[in-house]
Amino acid sequence: MYNFEYRQAQSVADAAKAVGADEEAKLLAGGMTLIPTLKQRLAKPSDLIDLGGIAELKGIKREGNAVVIGAMTRHVEVATSDVVKGAIPALSHLAEGIGDPQVRNRGTIGGSIANNDPAADYPAAVLGLNATVITNKRRIAADDFFKAMFETALAADEIVTAVSFPVPEKAGYAKFPNPASRYAVVGVLVARTGGAVRVAVTGAGPVVFRQKEMEAALGKSWSADAIAGVKQSAGGLNSDIHASAEYRAHLVTVMAKRAVAAAG
Amino acid sequence: MSATGIGAPVRRKEDSRFLTGRGTYTDDINRPGQVHAFLLRSPHAHAELRRVDTTSAKAAPGVLAVFAGADMQVGGLPCGWLIHSKDGNPMAEPPHPVLAQGKVRHVGDPIAVVIAETRAQAKDAAELIVVDYQPLPAVVAGEDALKPGAPQLHEQAKGNLCYDWHLGDKQAVDAAFAKAAHVTRLDIVNNRLVANPMEPRAAIGEYDRASGEYTLYTTSQNPHVIRLLMGAFVLQLPEHKLRVVAPDVGGGFGSKIYHYAEEAIVTWAAPHVGRPIKWTAERGESFASDAQGRDHVTHAELALDKDGKFLALRVATIANLGAYLSTFSTAIPTYLYGTLLAGTYTTPAVYVEVKSAFTNTVPVDAYRGAGRPEACYVIERIVDTAARELKIDPAELRRRNFIPKDAYPYQTPVALTYDSGDYFTTLDMAMKAADYAGFAQRREAAAKRGKLRGIGIATYIEACGIAPSAVAGALGARAGLYETAELRVHPTGSVTVFTGTHSHGQGHETTFAQLVSDRLGLPLEMIDVVHGDTNKIPFGMGTYGSRSLPVGGSALVKAMDKVVNKGKKIAAHLLEAAEADIEFKDGKFSVAGTDRNVAFGQVAFAAYVPHNYPIEELEPGLDETAFYDPKNFTYPAGCHIAEIEIDRDTGDVAVVRFTAADDFGRIINPMIVEGQVHGGLAQGIGQALYENAVYSDDGQLVTGSFMDYCMPRADNLPSFDVATHATLCTHNPLGVKGCGEAGAIGAPAAIMNAVADALAPLGIGSLDMPATPERIWRAIAAKTMPQAA
Ligand SMILES: Cc1cc2nc3c(=O)[nH]c(=O)nc-3n(C[C@H](O)[C@H](O)[C@H](O)COP(=O)(O)OP(=O)(O)OC[C@H]3O[C@@H](n4cnc5c(N)ncnc54)[C@H](O)[C@@H]3O)c2cc1C
Repeated sequence: MYNFEYRQAQSVADAAKAVGADEEAKLLAGGMTLIPTLKQRLAKPSDLIDLGGIAELKGIKREGNAVVIGAMTRHVEVATSDVVKGAIPALSHLAEGIGDPQVRNRGTIGGSIANNDPAADYPAAVLGLNATVITNKRRIAADDFFKAMFETALAADEIVTAVSFPVPEKAGYAKFPNPASRYAVVGVLVARTGGAVRVAVTGAGPVVFRQKEMEAALGKSWSADAIAGVKQSAGGLNSDIHASAEYRAHLVTVMAKRAVAAAG
Repeated sequence: MSATGIGAPVRRKEDSRFLTGRGTYTDDINRPGQVHAFLLRSPHAHAELRRVDTTSAKAAPGVLAVFAGADMQVGGLPCGWLIHSKDGNPMAEPPHPVLAQGKVRHVGDPIAVVIAETRAQAKDAAELIVVDYQPLPAVVAGEDALKPGAPQLHEQAKGNLCYDWHLGDKQAVDAAFAKAAHVTRLDIVNNRLVANPMEPRAAIGEYDRASGEYTLYTTSQNPHVIRLLMGAFVLQLPEHKLRVVAPDVGGGFGSKIYHYAEEAIVTWAAPHVGRPIKWTAERGESFASDAQGRDHVTHAELALDKDGKFLALRVATIANLGAYLSTFSTAIPTYLYGTLLAGTYTTPAVYVEVKSAFTNTVPVDAYRGAGRPEACYVIERIVDTAARELKIDPAELRRRNFIPKDAYPYQTPVALTYDSGDYFTTLDMAMKAADYAGFAQRREAAAKRGKLRGIGIATYIEACGIAPSAVAGALGARAGLYETAELRVHPTGSVTVFTGTHSHGQGHETTFAQLVSDRLGLPLEMIDVVHGDTNKIPFGMGTYGSRSLPVGGSALVKAMDKVVNKGKKIAAHLLEAAEADIEFKDGKFSVAGTDRNVAFGQVAFAAYVPHNYPIEELEPGLDETAFYDPKNFTYPAGCHIAEIEIDRDTGDVAVVRFTAADDFGRIINPMIVEGQVHGGLAQGIGQALYENAVYSDDGQLVTGSFMDYCMPRADNLPSFDVATHATLCTHNPLGVKGCGEAGAIGAPAAIMNAVADALAPLGIGSLDMPATPERIWRAIAAKTMPQAA
């Protein structure tokens, strides 16, 4: 680790001001990604602005037909929340499958989506459930949020404050974990919300994406069989020692079928 | 059996210390005035060092000194075992410099050390060292390194060959193959592993100007070996001026046997900076510098007669030794591998050839099992393959070829003499516990759930209790392999045991205390076991190869014999009886046939306060040391049965059942033995399904962190069903055989045989470890939807 200044932000405005004033400053949420990066000296921020003390960023609420989750809400809280379990069980199931207990006790939803790791689980939920990302500046539709590998629509001084998930009629998530890290090799979230079907795939490509062919097939008939014949192309998918692009492409169909089965 | 003696499942004395965070590991030790070392390591797998400029680093804040290879002219790290090639020539033994001299040969090869007030300062300064690398082409696979035209690592090793070794009767094997009714052939890879003990390596070097004494605190399994190698070969320090302390050590699995560069660096540099120096590895450094394990590529052939009797086994192996010779690296693919290729069978002729190669990878050495898992894997995979080819039940084929119960001592065709064993009983026990008979039903039920279920047997034998010194010496060992124990009885009758073995998770503080409790009739609270400090313990060889109890425990028995014998003399004097009439039992010396006795404590007191004492004939005191040199290896053996299910859609393997029936000879503490088996099984299953050290073609370790190197975790493992059956070792006083490595030896073959069994109905042949989901999916896809794979 290189030296940096540590500061605890008192409010979202305070944190925004701090990162706005200094290009080298970084927000700190659960630290599960950022701290290892610092330890390996892969980043050299001037300041760390800790969001951990800001009460307004925490908590889970039901607001009309949506579940709103504060950016600093830990994975374990989403996994065990009665509100989430009641309204969107697929989302609590997803959170329950992130990493390991240590990671779930520290990692946050805001940190996860701001980081936009291609193998992270939450991007599939945000895109698949057509959620809205709420920041200190604006509301961003899921389709506009995830730009590219580790890249989002967030401006440098923009802070995720919450994510609003519309409650779906049906939703399911299935993930094939990387055996070592437990990140998603492939994770698929399928959902039908207000009659519209979405199929969001994480892990397989450089950034989370919608599988439109499967969406169309499920729109016609909501069943695992309906997508059994839909083949994901391997073109442009990730390839590493754990899974080649062809294997990932194959897993997209397998996981999508399982997600539909889980959704019921 | 007493509640604390031999056979009692006593809870480990050391655990309250470990579990409450009160252990003292090397990194917990902070010496007054201590400063910190950080090593600059090569990012290239192979490069010439044109220039190493440390000028700016030396001027950086907090820096006391910076040393590169040119500044540290000391001896190289020695290799402890000389192997001779087929042609009689000694192995190639290129220098292994402490800091790189003009060339680096693997990613992580140390180039320079920065010593600073804080670790962060040392790290900051290391970034200022300017190194001009001239990258060279690299080679990472043993097979590739031996090919003509491969990049050459060492001037002293032509064609990257360390040695071309063989063992066994080639002519007899060729003759047997010529008349065989059936020949089974198999090509297999034994994947490279990273040991990954929980505690990373660490070292603190200290120099006392007043006494001229050096102290090295280090994460070692054998402090005297380090003192000998570092003192005599690397730094030329006399042993009476060098103390090596290996305090609590958090796991080793072999990787902490060896003498490492960092130990020499902090010891050598301590007087230069006049302060104690600490170095602690980061996890990434452990991946790049701890000796790794296995890495064999093997072609094997088994000749059978028409009844399925094994006639001969022929094995050719290429072993990857990495960039340099680690301390015992050369012995692992030879004398700890080739000699085990008879396995549990009567195979009359065995011939093995091993070529060991230098590559641009981290050095390879012993890792839990060391050579024996590799041998077991070859034998048990090919036996299973033969059973499938001949349509003989794999258990039945094994029974037909087991060494008969009445054939001991049994001389194998590859140098070893097994003293005792009973492979039939452990096979039967395991089959029963695993409900082998009910498997077909379980397979059917699994198929209905869309799963491919398989069952796999592996029997194994190991040679432990290393080793008779003369035998080891004749085979090229450069050290003796006896063990020592001192039993110091204190005036009021409590005792301290000083053992030359070292516990780094094995529970010696309890097991050794149980031996004493059993023999001397003392409660465990009266017994302490001390290890790991060359200033306290007699010269010992440490812990590896499941030797602590067979060799170290036997030394302790000898020391106890001496104490009891002397005690009898003292008791005879106190009781005014003849020495020959004195019996020792349950902590009392008594006159045979009477109720006249003195307690052990009274005798101890008399020995140290010799007012009424046979002072003319006997020295005061009750403190005895014994050295024990084993007469033979010990031969733990047993049977493991794995049951797995494969998810057809993803290729994912789930271990649903695992049974082990082991023969470890006499069991001192069944609970500790069970724990050792569990840990070994986890590592064995890890090798079969999860763990793999993968290097890119240019020599980068792709699996250099736990994000990519997959360790087995609790949720990967079923609840193990383990049991033991004892045939006693015939040549050590306890009848013990050792249990530390067995799990890691049998499990890989059992799992891979189960995988092969599950996939056989699809016509899929042998797969290599680790059996990852993609590997299995590809094999299934190639058979069921050829266009997809
Ligand atoms: C061993 C391990 C296994 C893991 N496995 C999984 C897995 O299976 N699935 C999965 O999805 N994830 C996994 N993760 C990631 C983990 O879930 C965290 O979500 C992730 O590390 C980021 O969240 P964090 O709160 O720790 O963010 P931090 O590490 O604190 O921050 C990450 C980045 O986001 C920025 N940031 C944080 N909060 C905000 C905000 N509110 N607004 C704007 N920017 C912000 C930070 O500045 C930083 O750049 C794993 C991590 C580890 C270490």
